[in-house]
Amino acid sequence: MPYKNRVAVLGAGLTKFMRRALETSPELAFEGARAALDDAGLTIDDIDCVVSVTAPEAFDGVHMKGEYLADGSGAWGKPYMRTYVGGGSGVFGLITGWYHIASGHFDTCLVVAEEKMSPALPHPQGAFNAIYDQFTERPLGVNLLWIFSLEMNRYMQTYGVPMETFARVAQKNKRNGLDHPSAQAGVAGDFEIEDIMASEVMAWPVQRLMVSPISDGGGAMVLASERFARRMSKPPVWIEGVGWNLDTSYWTNRDLYYPRYVEKAARMAYEMAGISDPRRDIHVAEPYDPFAYKELHHLEGLMLADKGQAPRLLEEGFWDRDTLTGIPASPSGGLLGVGNPIAAAGMMKCAEIYWQLQGEAGPRQVKREVRRGVAQAWGDLMQVGTVVVMGK
Amino acid sequence: MKNFRGTSLTDHALTAGEVLVTTWQVKAAYHWDAGLAMSRYLEGLKAGTIKGVRCRQCRRTMVPPRAFCELCFRPIDEWVDLPDTGRINTFSVSFVNWDASRRQTPEIPVVVEIDGASPGMCILHKMGEVGETLEEVRGRLRLGAPVQAVWKPAGQREGSITDIEYFRPVD
Repeated sequence: MPYKNRVAVLGAGLTKFMRRALETSPELAFEGARAALDDAGLTIDDIDCVVSVTAPEAFDGVHMKGEYLADGSGAWGKPYMRTYVGGGSGVFGLITGWYHIASGHFDTCLVVAEEKMSPALPHPQGAFNAIYDQFTERPLGVNLLWIFSLEMNRYMQTYGVPMETFARVAQKNKRNGLDHPSAQAGVAGDFEIEDIMASEVMAWPVQRLMVSPISDGGGAMVLASERFARRMSKPPVWIEGVGWNLDTSYWTNRDLYYPRYVEKAARMAYEMAGISDPRRDIHVAEPYDPFAYKELHHLEGLMLADKGQAPRLLEEGFWDRDTLTGIPASPSGGLLGVGNPIAAAGMMKCAEIYWQLQGEAGPRQVKREVRRGVAQAWGDLMQVGTVVVMGK
Repeated sequence: MKNFRGTSLTDHALTAGEVLVTTWQVKAAYHWDAGLAMSRYLEGLKAGTIKGVRCRQCRRTMVPPRAFCELCFRPIDEWVDLPDTGRINTFSVSFVNWDASRRQTPEIPVVVEIDGASPGMCILHKMGEVGETLEEVRGRLRLGAPVQAVWKPAGQREGSITDIEYFRPVD
């Protein structure tokens, strides 16, 4: 191992996910951090360094959000770093925490994710307009849904995937979300395919019940070196692989049907974890699912399905939480079923893999035996893949 | 199940004054110089031409133009005039505005693969002349179909991507 320390996960915690939280952003960070420390059985005095992840400043209307969140993240008087790759930030936070400890410089790291989207008026979606190119795109009157509906149509028509398949992803995740204690009101639910298919067309082919909501929320995880983790009573979960990769910012020059940056990130993480056949060696997956098509798109990028085959596997129940022969995908409920406070949603996905591996996922616990799982997020101008493999 | 913390508010709680809020409105203004490559692209649009750039090392013809090839990481070698025609790479039919308000008639964002550029070289724009309902638009458009730019009259162009009003299907 070329790294100084093997890195363990000692605990995870979340807040509820809400359309609009009373708590401020630092208060949400504090509640997420507190829940993770409680889960690990540690206090802030046990923490050597802190990593913060949160998405665009424009949601909060507060510049230098890292500093804004520092006290709520437990960073006072400690080495502290904020990292940011848009929607990929939640998983990238765990990666950043990993190399703080892998470097040998620290024994413990608290990784805190927070997002409060609700302050932005008239609607948080407007905060995303500034991600588009100011010369070639913004003058056209862009909005965020454009790029996702364009990408979904490209994926859908490349493989001839019927709309019912995407509705089935939303149905699965929204049902799974019913068992998640953080699930946002009205987001999880037992929906019929017909209801999802009949939901409002926002930007065809994207329909309302196939999109994750606007959310406020926080979450955190506690990482530690092997020597520290061995002192704990509970057997740890290990971070076995990390990977991240960025595609060109000229998004209209990429073929949107396939997320090659996710594949590159996954290859990096799998190689580090010694995984040669991910379909054999990965037992549970949390692919990033802000839109229904993205779960399938990302499962292919993660090489858990051949290109264009994730829809067929969905129809076979391969991604179901109760599968005994497939790979459960988004057993948490995902962003479609729990909510999407951007960085905190990625953290929720990492936390789910941790709980699944610890056997602590309660009613969401998958039926098959799990020894290794993968969490993935995606972001920037739909160009970054962030991947973490955990095992026990 | 775990009992996580968090206090959910309704919109009503805010608007009815049940919780205290403070508001702030930022007026942020910027001007961006168009830079080495984009300036020539915008000048080209003003003149009614879509311009691209070439890199001799990877032999790509790229659009939108750029000052350097991001693959070879070296300056581009040459400027070329491209036709104002292409093929639909993907499209959408959007009923939502940036502020999440809804539209009666949709906007139709389109990614157009520009003829004469390397395969997969596309630009973002909008479709026109394709109807006003989802059914009409979907009936008119298919991936791979040929399209052509509809330009503003020369006197009204100002060196902007909107000098192309929209793309229309070529029948």
